[in-house]
Amino acid sequence: MSARPAGPQVPRTVVLGATGLALTALAAEVLPRALGIPGDVLPPLSVILGALAAELPTPQFRAALGATVVQWGLGLAIAVVLGVSVGVVLGSVPWLRRLTASTVEFLRPIPSVALVPLAVLVLGTQLRSALLLIVYASFWQVLVQTMYGVADVDPVAEQTARSYGLGRWARVRHVLWPTAQPYVATGVRLAAAVALILAITAELVIGSPGLGREIAAAQSGGATALVYGLVLVTGLLGLVVNVGVRALERRLLRWHVSVRGEVAP
Amino acid sequence: MLEVRGLRKVYTSRDRTVEALRDITFSVAAGELVCLVGPSGCGKTTLLKCLAGLLGPTGGEVSVEGRPVSGPPPGMAVVFQVYGRSLFPWMTVAQNVELPLRHKGRGRAERRRLVTAALADVGLSHTPDAYPWQLSGGMQQRVAIARALAYEPHVMLMDEPFAAVDAQTRADLEDLIRTLWDRTGVTTLFVTHDIDEAVYLGERVVVLSSSPTVVQDDLPVDLPRERDQLDTRALPRFTELRSRVYGEIRSAQRAASRADGA
Repeated sequence: MSARPAGPQVPRTVVLGATGLALTALAAEVLPRALGIPGDVLPPLSVILGALAAELPTPQFRAALGATVVQWGLGLAIAVVLGVSVGVVLGSVPWLRRLTASTVEFLRPIPSVALVPLAVLVLGTQLRSALLLIVYASFWQVLVQTMYGVADVDPVAEQTARSYGLGRWARVRHVLWPTAQPYVATGVRLAAAVALILAITAELVIGSPGLGREIAAAQSGGATALVYGLVLVTGLLGLVVNVGVRALERRLLRWHVSVRGEVAP
Repeated sequence: MLEVRGLRKVYTSRDRTVEALRDITFSVAAGELVCLVGPSGCGKTTLLKCLAGLLGPTGGEVSVEGRPVSGPPPGMAVVFQVYGRSLFPWMTVAQNVELPLRHKGRGRAERRRLVTAALADVGLSHTPDAYPWQLSGGMQQRVAIARALAYEPHVMLMDEPFAAVDAQTRADLEDLIRTLWDRTGVTTLFVTHDIDEAVYLGERVVVLSSSPTVVQDDLPVDLPRERDQLDTRALPRFTELRSRVYGEIRSAQRAASRADGA
Protein backbone atom coordinates (compact mmCIF):
# COMPACT_ATOMS: atom_id res chain seq x y z
CA MET A 1 0.00 0.00 0.00
CA SER A 2 2.81 2.34 -0.79
CA ALA A 3 2.37 5.62 -2.57
CA ARG A 4 3.62 5.85 -6.12
CA PRO A 5 7.28 6.86 -6.04
CA ALA A 6 8.03 10.08 -7.87
CA GLY A 7 9.97 9.29 -11.05
CA PRO A 8 13.61 10.21 -10.45
CA GLN A 9 14.21 10.32 -14.22
CA VAL A 10 11.92 13.33 -14.76
CA PRO A 11 14.62 16.01 -14.17
CA ARG A 12 16.94 14.18 -16.58
CA THR A 13 14.26 14.22 -19.27
CA VAL A 14 13.71 17.92 -18.70
CA VAL A 15 17.42 18.66 -18.95
CA LEU A 16 17.79 16.67 -22.17
CA GLY A 17 14.66 18.24 -23.64
CA ALA A 18 15.85 21.76 -22.83
CA THR A 19 19.27 21.05 -24.27
CA GLY A 20 17.75 19.72 -27.49
CA LEU A 21 15.56 22.78 -27.82
CA ALA A 22 18.50 25.10 -27.22
CA LEU A 23 20.58 23.30 -29.86
CA THR A 24 17.75 23.57 -32.37
CA ALA A 25 17.42 27.30 -31.65
CA LEU A 26 21.15 27.75 -32.04
CA ALA A 27 21.09 25.92 -35.38
CA ALA A 28 18.17 28.09 -36.53
CA GLU A 29 20.24 31.15 -35.70
CA VAL A 30 23.62 30.09 -37.03
CA LEU A 31 22.86 27.97 -40.09
CA PRO A 32 21.01 30.63 -42.16
CA ARG A 33 23.96 32.99 -41.62
CA ALA A 34 26.69 30.38 -42.11
CA LEU A 35 25.11 29.00 -45.29
CA GLY A 36 24.25 32.48 -46.55
CA ILE A 37 20.57 31.69 -47.01
CA PRO A 38 18.77 34.86 -48.11
CA GLY A 39 16.52 36.50 -45.51
CA ASP A 40 13.38 36.15 -47.64
CA VAL A 41 13.83 32.36 -47.68
CA LEU A 42 14.93 31.56 -44.12
CA PRO A 43 15.88 34.44 -41.86
CA PRO A 44 17.91 33.69 -38.70
CA LEU A 45 15.91 32.98 -35.57
CA SER A 46 16.69 36.37 -33.99
CA VAL A 47 15.17 38.17 -36.99
CA ILE A 48 12.06 35.96 -36.83
CA LEU A 49 11.67 36.58 -33.12
CA GLY A 50 12.23 40.30 -33.67
CA ALA A 51 9.45 40.44 -36.27
CA LEU A 52 7.20 38.45 -33.96
CA ALA A 53 8.00 40.69 -30.97
CA ALA A 54 6.95 43.70 -33.02
CA GLU A 55 3.71 41.94 -33.96
CA LEU A 56 2.75 40.60 -30.50
CA PRO A 57 1.53 43.86 -28.91
CA THR A 58 -0.69 44.83 -31.88
CA PRO A 59 -4.46 44.52 -31.40
CA GLN A 60 -4.59 42.81 -34.77
CA PHE A 61 -2.42 39.95 -33.51
CA ARG A 62 -4.41 39.56 -30.30
CA ALA A 63 -7.67 39.49 -32.21
CA ALA A 64 -6.26 36.85 -34.54
CA LEU A 65 -4.95 34.71 -31.71
CA GLY A 66 -8.25 35.06 -29.86
CA ALA A 67 -10.25 34.13 -32.97
CA THR A 68 -8.16 30.99 -33.53
CA VAL A 69 -8.46 29.92 -29.91
CA VAL A 70 -12.22 30.53 -29.87
CA GLN A 71 -12.79 28.60 -33.11
CA TRP A 72 -10.62 25.78 -31.89
CA GLY A 73 -12.22 25.60 -28.46
CA LEU A 74 -15.77 25.90 -29.71
CA GLY A 75 -15.25 23.33 -32.45
CA LEU A 76 -13.53 20.92 -30.09
CA ALA A 77 -16.24 21.30 -27.47
CA ILE A 78 -19.01 20.59 -29.99
CA ALA A 79 -17.08 17.60 -31.37
CA VAL A 80 -16.47 16.16 -27.89
CA VAL A 81 -20.09 16.48 -26.77
CA LEU A 82 -21.36 14.99 -30.04
CA GLY A 83 -18.68 12.30 -30.22
CA VAL A 84 -19.15 11.12 -26.64
CA SER A 85 -22.95 11.05 -26.76
CA VAL A 86 -23.15 9.33 -30.13
CA GLY A 87 -20.29 7.00 -29.14
CA VAL A 88 -21.97 5.90 -25.91
CA VAL A 89 -25.28 5.24 -27.68
CA LEU A 90 -23.73 3.40 -30.66
CA GLY A 91 -21.32 1.53 -28.41
CA SER A 92 -23.94 0.24 -26.02
CA VAL A 93 -26.57 -0.82 -28.57
CA PRO A 94 -25.04 -3.67 -30.59
CA TRP A 95 -27.52 -3.63 -33.50
CA LEU A 96 -27.18 0.14 -33.84
CA ARG A 97 -23.40 -0.24 -33.94
CA ARG A 98 -23.59 -2.85 -36.68
CA LEU A 99 -26.10 -0.73 -38.56
CA THR A 100 -23.84 2.33 -38.55
CA ALA A 101 -20.36 0.75 -38.74
CA SER A 102 -20.17 0.79 -42.55
CA THR A 103 -21.35 4.40 -42.75
CA VAL A 104 -18.87 5.50 -40.11
CA GLU A 105 -16.04 3.73 -41.92
CA PHE A 106 -17.09 5.44 -45.15
CA LEU A 107 -17.44 8.97 -43.77
CA ARG A 108 -14.48 8.93 -41.41
CA PRO A 109 -11.65 8.89 -43.98
CA ILE A 110 -13.04 11.89 -45.91
CA PRO A 111 -10.43 14.59 -45.29
CA SER A 112 -12.09 17.60 -43.75
CA VAL A 113 -10.24 19.88 -46.18
CA ALA A 114 -12.15 18.27 -49.05
CA LEU A 115 -15.28 19.78 -47.55
CA VAL A 116 -13.95 23.34 -47.86
CA PRO A 117 -15.78 24.16 -51.12
CA LEU A 118 -18.98 22.68 -49.77
CA ALA A 119 -18.69 24.59 -46.49
CA VAL A 120 -18.05 27.87 -48.30
CA LEU A 121 -20.87 27.22 -50.76
CA VAL A 122 -23.41 26.45 -48.06
CA LEU A 123 -22.24 28.51 -45.08
CA GLY A 124 -20.09 31.24 -46.63
CA THR A 125 -16.72 32.40 -45.28
CA GLN A 126 -18.02 32.87 -41.77
CA LEU A 127 -17.06 31.26 -38.50
CA ARG A 128 -19.69 28.61 -39.19
CA SER A 129 -17.70 27.26 -42.15
CA ALA A 130 -14.54 26.93 -40.09
CA LEU A 131 -16.51 25.33 -37.27
CA LEU A 132 -18.04 22.80 -39.61
CA LEU A 133 -14.59 21.68 -40.78
CA ILE A 134 -13.19 21.56 -37.25
CA VAL A 135 -16.15 19.64 -35.86
CA TYR A 136 -16.21 17.21 -38.77
CA ALA A 137 -12.54 16.33 -38.41
CA SER A 138 -12.39 16.04 -34.64
CA PHE A 139 -15.78 14.36 -34.15
CA TRP A 140 -14.52 11.04 -35.56
CA GLN A 141 -11.53 10.94 -33.23
CA VAL A 142 -13.78 11.24 -30.20
CA LEU A 143 -16.48 8.97 -31.57
CA VAL A 144 -14.17 6.07 -32.40
CA GLN A 145 -12.29 6.25 -29.09
CA THR A 146 -15.53 6.45 -27.11
CA MET A 147 -16.82 3.37 -28.89
CA TYR A 148 -13.62 1.50 -28.06
CA GLY A 149 -14.03 2.58 -24.46
CA VAL A 150 -17.62 1.40 -24.26
CA ALA A 151 -16.61 -1.95 -25.73
CA ASP A 152 -13.97 -2.31 -23.00
CA VAL A 153 -16.44 -2.51 -20.11
CA ASP A 154 -15.46 -5.50 -17.99
CA PRO A 155 -18.28 -8.08 -17.89
CA VAL A 156 -17.46 -8.85 -14.24
CA ALA A 157 -17.73 -5.16 -13.28
CA GLU A 158 -21.01 -4.98 -15.21
CA GLN A 159 -22.34 -8.12 -13.49
CA THR A 160 -21.28 -6.79 -10.11
CA ALA A 161 -23.19 -3.58 -10.73
CA ARG A 162 -26.25 -5.50 -11.92
CA SER A 163 -26.18 -7.90 -8.98
CA TYR A 164 -26.24 -4.92 -6.60
CA GLY A 165 -29.33 -3.61 -8.30
CA LEU A 166 -27.81 -0.69 -10.21
CA GLY A 167 -30.17 0.31 -13.02
CA ARG A 168 -29.17 1.07 -16.59
CA TRP A 169 -28.45 4.75 -15.99
CA ALA A 170 -26.49 4.05 -12.78
CA ARG A 171 -24.40 1.51 -14.68
CA VAL A 172 -23.67 4.00 -17.46
CA ARG A 173 -22.61 6.54 -14.86
CA HIS A 174 -20.60 4.33 -12.51
CA VAL A 175 -19.25 1.58 -14.76
CA LEU A 176 -19.42 2.48 -18.44
CA TRP A 177 -18.36 6.11 -18.19
CA PRO A 178 -15.33 5.57 -15.90
CA THR A 179 -14.23 2.66 -18.13
CA ALA A 180 -14.55 4.78 -21.24
CA GLN A 181 -12.84 7.84 -19.73
CA PRO A 182 -9.24 6.92 -20.61
CA TYR A 183 -10.33 6.25 -24.19
CA VAL A 184 -12.32 9.47 -24.35
CA ALA A 185 -9.26 11.31 -23.02
CA THR A 186 -7.16 9.87 -25.85
CA GLY A 187 -9.88 10.85 -28.30
CA VAL A 188 -9.98 14.39 -26.94
CA ARG A 189 -6.20 14.67 -27.15
CA LEU A 190 -6.20 13.55 -30.78
CA ALA A 191 -9.22 15.72 -31.54
CA ALA A 192 -7.58 18.78 -29.94
CA ALA A 193 -4.60 18.46 -32.28
CA VAL A 194 -6.80 17.85 -35.33
CA ALA A 195 -9.08 20.75 -34.39
CA LEU A 196 -6.12 23.13 -34.26
CA ILE A 197 -4.88 21.96 -37.67
CA LEU A 198 -8.32 22.49 -39.13
CA ALA A 199 -8.76 25.89 -37.46
CA ILE A 200 -5.52 27.15 -39.05
CA THR A 201 -6.38 25.47 -42.37
CA ALA A 202 -9.81 27.09 -42.47
CA GLU A 203 -8.28 30.49 -41.78
CA LEU A 204 -5.66 30.01 -44.49
CA VAL A 205 -7.97 28.61 -47.13
CA ILE A 206 -11.36 30.16 -46.39
CA GLY A 207 -9.97 33.34 -44.88
CA SER A 208 -11.95 33.24 -41.67
CA PRO A 209 -10.36 35.49 -39.04
CA GLY A 210 -7.43 34.04 -37.10
CA LEU A 211 -3.71 33.27 -37.16
CA GLY A 212 -4.00 31.41 -40.47
CA ARG A 213 -5.36 34.49 -42.21
CA GLU A 214 -2.56 36.59 -40.68
CA ILE A 215 -0.02 34.12 -42.06
CA ALA A 216 -1.59 34.40 -45.50
CA ALA A 217 -1.58 38.20 -45.20
CA ALA A 218 2.08 38.31 -44.11
CA GLN A 219 2.97 36.02 -47.00
CA SER A 220 1.27 38.19 -49.62
CA GLY A 221 2.98 41.20 -48.05
CA GLY A 222 6.38 39.52 -48.42
CA ALA A 223 7.04 39.56 -44.65
CA THR A 224 8.89 36.26 -44.53
CA ALA A 225 10.18 36.70 -40.99
CA LEU A 226 6.65 37.38 -39.74
CA VAL A 227 5.32 34.31 -41.56
CA TYR A 228 7.88 32.21 -39.69
CA GLY A 229 7.05 33.99 -36.45
CA LEU A 230 3.35 33.28 -36.78
CA VAL A 231 4.04 29.67 -37.69
CA LEU A 232 6.03 29.43 -34.45
CA VAL A 233 3.03 30.78 -32.57
CA THR A 234 0.74 28.12 -34.04
CA GLY A 235 3.29 25.50 -32.99
CA LEU A 236 3.37 26.89 -29.47
CA LEU A 237 -0.42 26.88 -29.40
CA GLY A 238 -0.39 23.20 -30.34
CA LEU A 239 2.13 22.50 -27.60
CA VAL A 240 0.04 24.32 -24.99
CA VAL A 241 -3.05 22.42 -26.11
CA ASN A 242 -1.29 19.06 -25.85
CA VAL A 243 0.29 19.79 -22.46
CA GLY A 244 -3.03 21.10 -21.13
CA VAL A 245 -5.01 18.06 -22.22
CA ARG A 246 -2.37 15.73 -20.81
CA ALA A 247 -2.37 17.50 -17.46
CA LEU A 248 -6.15 17.21 -17.35
CA GLU A 249 -5.86 13.53 -18.21
CA ARG A 250 -3.42 12.87 -15.38
CA ARG A 251 -5.67 14.62 -12.90
CA LEU A 252 -8.89 12.88 -13.88
CA LEU A 253 -7.39 9.44 -14.49
CA ARG A 254 -5.03 9.07 -11.55
CA TRP A 255 -6.66 5.70 -10.85
CA HIS A 256 -5.90 4.33 -14.32
CA VAL A 257 -2.96 2.04 -15.07
CA SER A 258 -1.55 4.41 -17.68
CA VAL A 259 -1.24 7.15 -15.05
CA ARG A 260 -0.66 5.33 -11.77
CA GLY A 261 1.99 3.03 -13.20
CA GLU A 262 2.67 -0.36 -11.70
CA VAL A 263 2.17 -0.42 -7.96
CA ALA A 264 3.68 -3.14 -5.83
CA PRO A 265 0.89 -4.18 -3.45
CA MET B 1 -34.76 -19.03 1.50
CA LEU B 2 -33.08 -20.20 -1.71
CA GLU B 3 -34.82 -22.87 -3.79
CA VAL B 4 -33.48 -24.44 -6.97
CA ARG B 5 -35.81 -26.82 -8.80
CA GLY B 6 -34.85 -28.80 -11.89
CA LEU B 7 -32.50 -26.08 -13.10
CA ARG B 8 -31.19 -26.68 -16.61
CA LYS B 9 -28.95 -24.53 -18.74
CA VAL B 10 -28.01 -25.22 -22.33
CA TYR B 11 -25.72 -22.89 -24.24
CA THR B 12 -26.52 -22.72 -27.93
CA SER B 13 -24.09 -21.33 -30.44
CA ARG B 14 -24.31 -21.48 -34.21
CA ASP B 15 -22.89 -24.95 -34.69
CA ARG B 16 -23.19 -26.70 -31.35
CA THR B 17 -25.09 -26.86 -28.10
CA VAL B 18 -23.53 -27.47 -24.71
CA GLU B 19 -25.57 -28.73 -21.83
CA ALA B 20 -23.84 -27.07 -18.88
CA LEU B 21 -26.41 -27.91 -16.21
CA ARG B 22 -28.74 -30.90 -16.64
CA ASP B 23 -30.91 -31.04 -13.56
CA ILE B 24 -30.04 -29.18 -10.37
CA THR B 25 -32.32 -29.32 -7.36
CA PHE B 26 -31.39 -28.21 -3.88
CA SER B 27 -32.37 -25.64 -1.33
CA VAL B 28 -30.71 -23.51 1.31
CA ALA B 29 -32.67 -22.72 4.47
CA ALA B 30 -32.58 -19.31 6.11
CA GLY B 31 -29.39 -18.82 8.10
CA GLU B 32 -27.59 -21.83 6.60
CA LEU B 33 -24.01 -21.84 5.36
CA VAL B 34 -23.89 -24.27 2.45
CA CYS B 35 -20.90 -25.08 0.29
CA LEU B 36 -21.36 -26.11 -3.31
CA VAL B 37 -18.46 -28.16 -4.53
CA GLY B 38 -17.82 -29.67 -7.91
CA PRO B 39 -14.99 -30.56 -10.29
CA SER B 40 -13.58 -27.83 -12.53
CA GLY B 41 -15.69 -27.22 -15.58
CA CYS B 42 -18.87 -28.56 -14.02
CA GLY B 43 -20.72 -25.29 -14.51
CA LYS B 44 -20.43 -23.84 -11.01
CA THR B 45 -20.16 -20.32 -12.32
CA THR B 46 -23.09 -20.88 -14.68
CA LEU B 47 -25.16 -22.14 -11.77
CA LEU B 48 -24.20 -19.17 -9.64
CA LYS B 49 -25.10 -16.73 -12.40
CA CYS B 50 -28.50 -18.37 -12.73
CA LEU B 51 -29.01 -18.07 -8.96
CA ALA B 52 -27.93 -14.43 -9.03
CA GLY B 53 -30.39 -13.61 -11.80
CA LEU B 54 -27.57 -12.65 -14.17
CA LEU B 55 -28.31 -15.48 -16.59
CA GLY B 56 -31.67 -16.92 -17.59
CA PRO B 57 -31.98 -20.70 -17.19
CA THR B 58 -33.12 -22.93 -20.05
CA GLY B 59 -35.44 -24.83 -17.76
CA GLY B 60 -36.40 -25.16 -14.12
CA GLU B 61 -36.77 -22.45 -11.56
CA VAL B 62 -34.82 -20.52 -8.95
CA SER B 63 -36.59 -18.67 -6.19
CA VAL B 64 -35.21 -16.47 -3.46
CA GLU B 65 -37.32 -15.69 -0.40
CA GLY B 66 -40.31 -17.26 -2.14
CA ARG B 67 -40.08 -15.09 -5.27
CA PRO B 68 -39.02 -16.56 -8.60
CA VAL B 69 -35.76 -15.07 -9.86
CA SER B 70 -35.97 -13.24 -13.18
CA GLY B 71 -33.29 -10.59 -12.51
CA PRO B 72 -30.89 -9.88 -9.67
CA PRO B 73 -32.91 -10.42 -6.45
CA PRO B 74 -32.96 -7.35 -4.18
CA GLY B 75 -31.84 -9.12 -1.01
CA MET B 76 -28.83 -10.83 -2.54
CA ALA B 77 -25.15 -9.93 -2.58
CA VAL B 78 -22.60 -11.70 -4.76
CA VAL B 79 -18.86 -11.95 -4.12
CA PHE B 80 -17.05 -12.77 -7.34
CA GLN B 81 -13.91 -14.78 -7.82
CA VAL B 82 -12.02 -12.10 -9.71
CA TYR B 83 -11.99 -9.36 -7.08
CA GLY B 84 -9.63 -7.29 -9.22
CA ARG B 85 -12.32 -6.89 -11.85
CA SER B 86 -15.29 -6.82 -9.51
CA LEU B 87 -13.99 -3.83 -7.54
CA PHE B 88 -13.99 -0.53 -9.40
CA PRO B 89 -10.45 0.86 -9.72
CA TRP B 90 -11.76 4.41 -10.14
CA MET B 91 -13.28 4.38 -6.67
CA THR B 92 -11.63 4.25 -3.27
CA VAL B 93 -12.26 1.32 -0.94
CA ALA B 94 -14.98 3.25 0.92
CA GLN B 95 -16.63 4.40 -2.31
CA ASN B 96 -16.70 0.83 -3.61
CA VAL B 97 -18.44 -0.36 -0.46
CA GLU B 98 -20.81 2.59 -0.50
CA LEU B 99 -21.94 2.50 -4.13
CA PRO B 100 -24.61 -0.24 -3.79
CA LEU B 101 -26.00 1.53 -0.72
CA ARG B 102 -26.52 4.73 -2.68
CA HIS B 103 -28.73 2.83 -5.06
CA LYS B 104 -30.53 1.13 -2.23
CA GLY B 105 -31.69 4.58 -1.13
CA ARG B 106 -29.81 4.71 2.16
CA GLY B 107 -29.20 8.18 3.64
CA ARG B 108 -25.72 9.64 3.92
CA ALA B 109 -25.28 9.09 7.67
CA GLU B 110 -26.65 5.56 7.42
CA ARG B 111 -24.28 4.80 4.52
CA ARG B 112 -21.29 6.09 6.43
CA ARG B 113 -22.22 3.95 9.43
CA LEU B 114 -22.66 0.81 7.30
CA VAL B 115 -19.41 1.35 5.38
CA THR B 116 -17.40 1.94 8.56
CA ALA B 117 -18.90 -1.08 10.27
CA ALA B 118 -18.39 -3.37 7.26
CA LEU B 119 -14.76 -2.31 6.82
CA ALA B 120 -14.15 -2.88 10.53
CA ASP B 121 -15.75 -6.33 10.25
CA VAL B 122 -13.25 -7.41 7.61
CA GLY B 123 -10.30 -5.76 9.39
CA LEU B 124 -9.81 -2.89 6.94
CA SER B 125 -10.71 0.12 9.09
CA HIS B 126 -7.43 1.79 8.25
CA THR B 127 -7.73 1.89 4.46
CA PRO B 128 -11.03 3.56 3.46
CA ASP B 129 -9.30 6.10 1.22
CA ALA B 130 -6.92 3.71 -0.52
CA TYR B 131 -7.69 2.51 -4.02
CA PRO B 132 -8.28 -1.23 -4.41
CA TRP B 133 -5.24 -1.62 -6.67
CA GLN B 134 -3.02 -0.34 -3.87
CA LEU B 135 -4.01 -3.37 -1.77
CA SER B 136 -2.90 -6.99 -1.81
CA GLY B 137 -5.18 -9.63 -3.34
CA GLY B 138 -6.40 -10.84 0.03
CA MET B 139 -7.21 -7.31 1.14
CA GLN B 140 -9.04 -6.64 -2.12
CA GLN B 141 -11.24 -9.68 -1.55
CA ARG B 142 -11.90 -8.37 1.97
CA VAL B 143 -13.14 -5.13 0.39
CA ALA B 144 -15.48 -7.14 -1.84
CA ILE B 145 -16.74 -9.02 1.23
CA ALA B 146 -17.22 -5.71 3.08
CA ARG B 147 -19.23 -4.40 0.14
CA ALA B 148 -21.47 -7.46 0.34
CA LEU B 149 -21.86 -7.14 4.14
CA ALA B 150 -22.68 -3.43 4.06
CA TYR B 151 -25.48 -4.22 1.60
CA GLU B 152 -27.17 -6.14 4.45
CA PRO B 153 -28.14 -9.02 2.19
CA HIS B 154 -30.54 -11.80 3.12
CA VAL B 155 -28.57 -14.20 0.94
CA MET B 156 -24.89 -14.05 0.12
CA LEU B 157 -23.46 -15.93 -2.89
CA MET B 158 -19.73 -16.44 -3.11
CA ASP B 159 -18.17 -17.70 -6.33
CA GLU B 160 -14.81 -19.33 -5.52
CA PRO B 161 -13.79 -16.12 -3.77
CA PHE B 162 -10.44 -17.43 -2.53
CA ALA B 163 -9.27 -19.29 -5.61
CA ALA B 164 -6.71 -16.62 -6.47
CA VAL B 165 -5.07 -15.91 -3.11
CA ASP B 166 -2.18 -17.67 -1.40
CA ALA B 167 -2.71 -20.47 1.13
CA GLN B 168 -2.15 -18.43 4.30
CA THR B 169 -4.45 -15.60 3.17
CA ARG B 170 -6.98 -18.17 2.12
CA ALA B 171 -7.05 -19.76 5.59
CA ASP B 172 -7.50 -16.30 7.16
CA LEU B 173 -10.34 -15.46 4.80
CA GLU B 174 -12.06 -18.80 5.43
CA ASP B 175 -12.05 -18.07 9.15
CA LEU B 176 -13.32 -14.57 8.42
CA ILE B 177 -16.31 -16.03 6.56
CA ARG B 178 -17.06 -18.43 9.43
CA THR B 179 -16.83 -15.60 11.98
CA LEU B 180 -19.04 -13.26 9.96
CA TRP B 181 -21.60 -15.96 9.32
CA ASP B 182 -21.61 -16.92 13.00
CA ARG B 183 -22.29 -13.33 13.97
CA THR B 184 -24.74 -12.16 11.31
CA GLY B 185 -26.41 -15.47 10.51
CA VAL B 186 -26.74 -14.41 6.87
CA THR B 187 -27.76 -17.25 4.55
CA THR B 188 -24.62 -18.09 2.59
CA LEU B 189 -23.96 -20.22 -0.45
CA PHE B 190 -20.25 -20.69 -1.01
CA VAL B 191 -19.15 -22.15 -4.33
CA THR B 192 -15.72 -23.79 -4.50
CA HIS B 193 -13.76 -26.46 -6.30
CA ASP B 194 -11.75 -27.15 -3.15
CA ILE B 195 -13.10 -30.13 -1.20
CA ASP B 196 -11.22 -29.31 2.01
CA GLU B 197 -12.49 -25.76 1.91
CA ALA B 198 -16.07 -26.94 1.36
CA VAL B 199 -15.99 -29.33 4.32
CA TYR B 200 -14.17 -26.88 6.57
CA LEU B 201 -16.52 -23.97 5.88
CA GLY B 202 -19.91 -25.55 5.32
CA GLU B 203 -22.67 -26.70 7.59
CA ARG B 204 -23.74 -28.69 4.57
CA VAL B 205 -21.99 -29.64 1.36
CA VAL B 206 -23.81 -30.03 -1.95
CA VAL B 207 -21.69 -32.07 -4.37
CA LEU B 208 -22.09 -31.51 -8.09
CA SER B 209 -21.24 -34.05 -10.77
CA SER B 210 -19.19 -33.38 -13.88
CA SER B 211 -20.87 -31.70 -16.82
CA PRO B 212 -23.73 -32.18 -17.77
CA THR B 213 -24.21 -31.41 -14.12
CA VAL B 214 -26.61 -32.88 -11.59
CA VAL B 215 -26.54 -32.84 -7.79
CA GLN B 216 -24.50 -35.87 -6.84
CA ASP B 217 -24.84 -35.69 -3.08
CA ASP B 218 -26.07 -33.42 -0.34
CA LEU B 219 -24.50 -34.14 3.02
CA PRO B 220 -24.63 -32.36 6.38
CA VAL B 221 -21.29 -31.48 7.95
CA ASP B 222 -21.54 -32.61 11.57
CA LEU B 223 -18.38 -30.90 12.74
CA PRO B 224 -18.34 -28.65 15.83
CA ARG B 225 -19.61 -25.13 15.15
CA GLU B 226 -16.35 -23.60 16.33
CA ARG B 227 -13.90 -24.34 13.51
CA ASP B 228 -10.17 -24.08 13.75
CA GLN B 229 -7.71 -24.45 10.87
CA LEU B 230 -5.53 -26.91 12.82
CA ASP B 231 -7.89 -28.73 15.17
CA THR B 232 -10.88 -29.10 12.87
CA ARG B 233 -8.80 -30.32 9.95
CA ALA B 234 -7.17 -32.88 12.28
CA LEU B 235 -10.49 -34.41 13.35
CA PRO B 236 -11.16 -37.94 12.08
CA ARG B 237 -14.67 -36.82 11.11
CA PHE B 238 -13.19 -34.09 8.91
CA THR B 239 -11.08 -36.67 7.09
CA GLU B 240 -14.07 -38.98 6.68
CA LEU B 241 -16.21 -36.22 5.20
CA ARG B 242 -13.56 -34.99 2.81
CA SER B 243 -12.84 -38.57 1.68
CA ARG B 244 -16.52 -39.11 1.02
CA VAL B 245 -16.83 -35.91 -1.03
CA TYR B 246 -13.61 -36.70 -2.84
CA GLY B 247 -14.92 -40.19 -3.68
CA GLU B 248 -18.18 -38.76 -4.99
CA ILE B 249 -16.41 -36.33 -7.27
CA ARG B 250 -14.05 -38.98 -8.58
CA SER B 251 -16.82 -41.44 -9.33
CA ALA B 252 -18.73 -38.65 -11.06
CA GLN B 253 -15.72 -37.88 -13.22
CA ARG B 254 -15.28 -41.55 -14.08
CA ALA B 255 -18.94 -41.85 -14.99
CA ALA B 256 -18.60 -38.80 -17.19
CA SER B 257 -15.55 -40.09 -19.02
CA ARG B 258 -17.27 -43.49 -19.56
CA ALA B 259 -20.25 -41.66 -20.99
CA ASP B 260 -17.91 -39.75 -23.27
CA GLY B 261 -16.20 -42.95 -24.40
CA ALA B 262 -19.50 -44.75 -25.13
